[in-house]
Amino acid sequence: MSEQKKFQSIEEKQYLVRFNADTKSHLHVMDPDICMTSCPDKICTIFCPAEIYKWEDIRMHVGYEGCHECGSCRIGCPHQNIKWEYPKGGHGIVFRLG
Amino acid sequence: MSEKFDCIVVGAGPAGISCAHELAKGGAKVLLLERGEYPGSKNVMGGVLYRKMMEDVVPDFWKEAPLERPIVEQRFMMMDKESAVTVGYKGMEWGKEPYNNFTVLRAKFDQWFAEKAVQQGAVLICETVVLECIVENGKVVGVRTDRPNGEVYADVVVLADGVNSLLAQSLGFHKEYKPDEVALATMEILKLDKGVIEDRFNLEDNQGCTIELFGDATKGILGTGFLYTNKDTLSIGVGTLLSGLIKHKIKPYELLEYVKNHPMIRPYIQGSEPQEYLAHLIPEGGFNSMGRIVGDGVIVIGDASQLVNAIHREGSNLAMTSGRLAAETILTAKAAGDFTENMLGLYRTRLMSGFVGQDMQKYKDSTHHFDKFPQYFDEYIPMMNRAMSQMFTVDGTSKWDKQKKIWKDLGGTKEKMKLARDMYRAWRVIK
Repeated sequence: MSEQKKFQSIEEKQYLVRFNADTKSHLHVMDPDICMTSCPDKICTIFCPAEIYKWEDIRMHVGYEGCHECGSCRIGCPHQNIKWEYPKGGHGIVFRLG
Repeated sequence: MSEKFDCIVVGAGPAGISCAHELAKGGAKVLLLERGEYPGSKNVMGGVLYRKMMEDVVPDFWKEAPLERPIVEQRFMMMDKESAVTVGYKGMEWGKEPYNNFTVLRAKFDQWFAEKAVQQGAVLICETVVLECIVENGKVVGVRTDRPNGEVYADVVVLADGVNSLLAQSLGFHKEYKPDEVALATMEILKLDKGVIEDRFNLEDNQGCTIELFGDATKGILGTGFLYTNKDTLSIGVGTLLSGLIKHKIKPYELLEYVKNHPMIRPYIQGSEPQEYLAHLIPEGGFNSMGRIVGDGVIVIGDASQLVNAIHREGSNLAMTSGRLAAETILTAKAAGDFTENMLGLYRTRLMSGFVGQDMQKYKDSTHHFDKFPQYFDEYIPMMNRAMSQMFTVDGTSKWDKQKKIWKDLGGTKEKMKLARDMYRAWRVIK
């Protein structure tokens, strides 16, 4: 690679990571109405390091398959509205290097 | 999994592996449970492993462990937007035995370390999540895993399940952390030719350099960035309090890109190829966030009990020492046949009277202090850069006049008083 590309996107970053996703999500928005009515900032869509939370008009889409299992959403949700569990043993993110 | 162990250790990171290693070495029957595919597959750190605390568990480990580079130089960059004031220390004594610290890549290192515990006789089972502690009459007697018939029993359960210790939380040992008690760090591993790394960082073969980044690396919010040399990769990352990202509405990966493209950093990483992207939380609440660490039949160690010295970017070493001390305590308890909180409390006493507890107490107010007064990062570091630029720019102005300009840049009497007060305060919280 000759030249450093400017500003790599989150999609490009996530592409570098190995995931062994379970068939069901380990993350759950407990009350979808709270996101809709009481959370104008939807800050999880900003601070999640894998951008797995995406607001789609009327609902929060949770792309759990790309989760780094860092725990930020559980701690950072201003309404404590995220049920956070570990993925089933052997599933989820698999770091190969760092 | 119905047999009973002397001890179950939950989590194969530096704390858990150290604990399991020492317990097995002391003749205890130990089960080490790991939720990942292999030890290290869920574990992240910037990459500095400290020799002393590792050696306390595996003597002469550097002769066989998969290490990247022994660190011979540590630099600190106080960054503004297009400048940096850099200080550092390089010493050849760090480049030879017994060394000071090393960079490591955790996926490789943790697998090797866990294997050492297995060689001592610990039983390692991966791909297993502990769902809860089994509590009988107020005493932890085992764990329930996500495997079929997954109950396992032991005299003592050690929680080394990391920053997201849902287990310690569910026992009521600590409350859910707040966004200002954890830092969110993102990092990347960048592939770069070995010779190029050595040229760019002024190194010879088997020498490494660490650079810690302050100020503009985090756009003035509380946190730090880092750039570490591995054999033929670089680790670059940035971490800020989660509360800072929330307050300033900053996307962590965009901050990482900002650092990578910063004019003070870009030349170091130019032409490198990203290999992996990682995100992880660092417990930074310090002493005040530790919570309870001992109960009947249970001990909490490592990140799970907030053992991080954020000011000195130390964590894995505190984890290892806590694991070792927990193991010593459990072996004493085993000999006495007493696994009550009273007996296991010896762990807390040993931990708090040693360097771990002392450093945790020394820096107990530091995160809170620097979070509460952001001027250290967003005002004083740029001020320091302007002063250096002024002093070293030769433009026909006399040095006396330059000093006057720098003095004026510090502001009026009120600002100078504030600066003096802040410097005194900073000294107070880290002294």
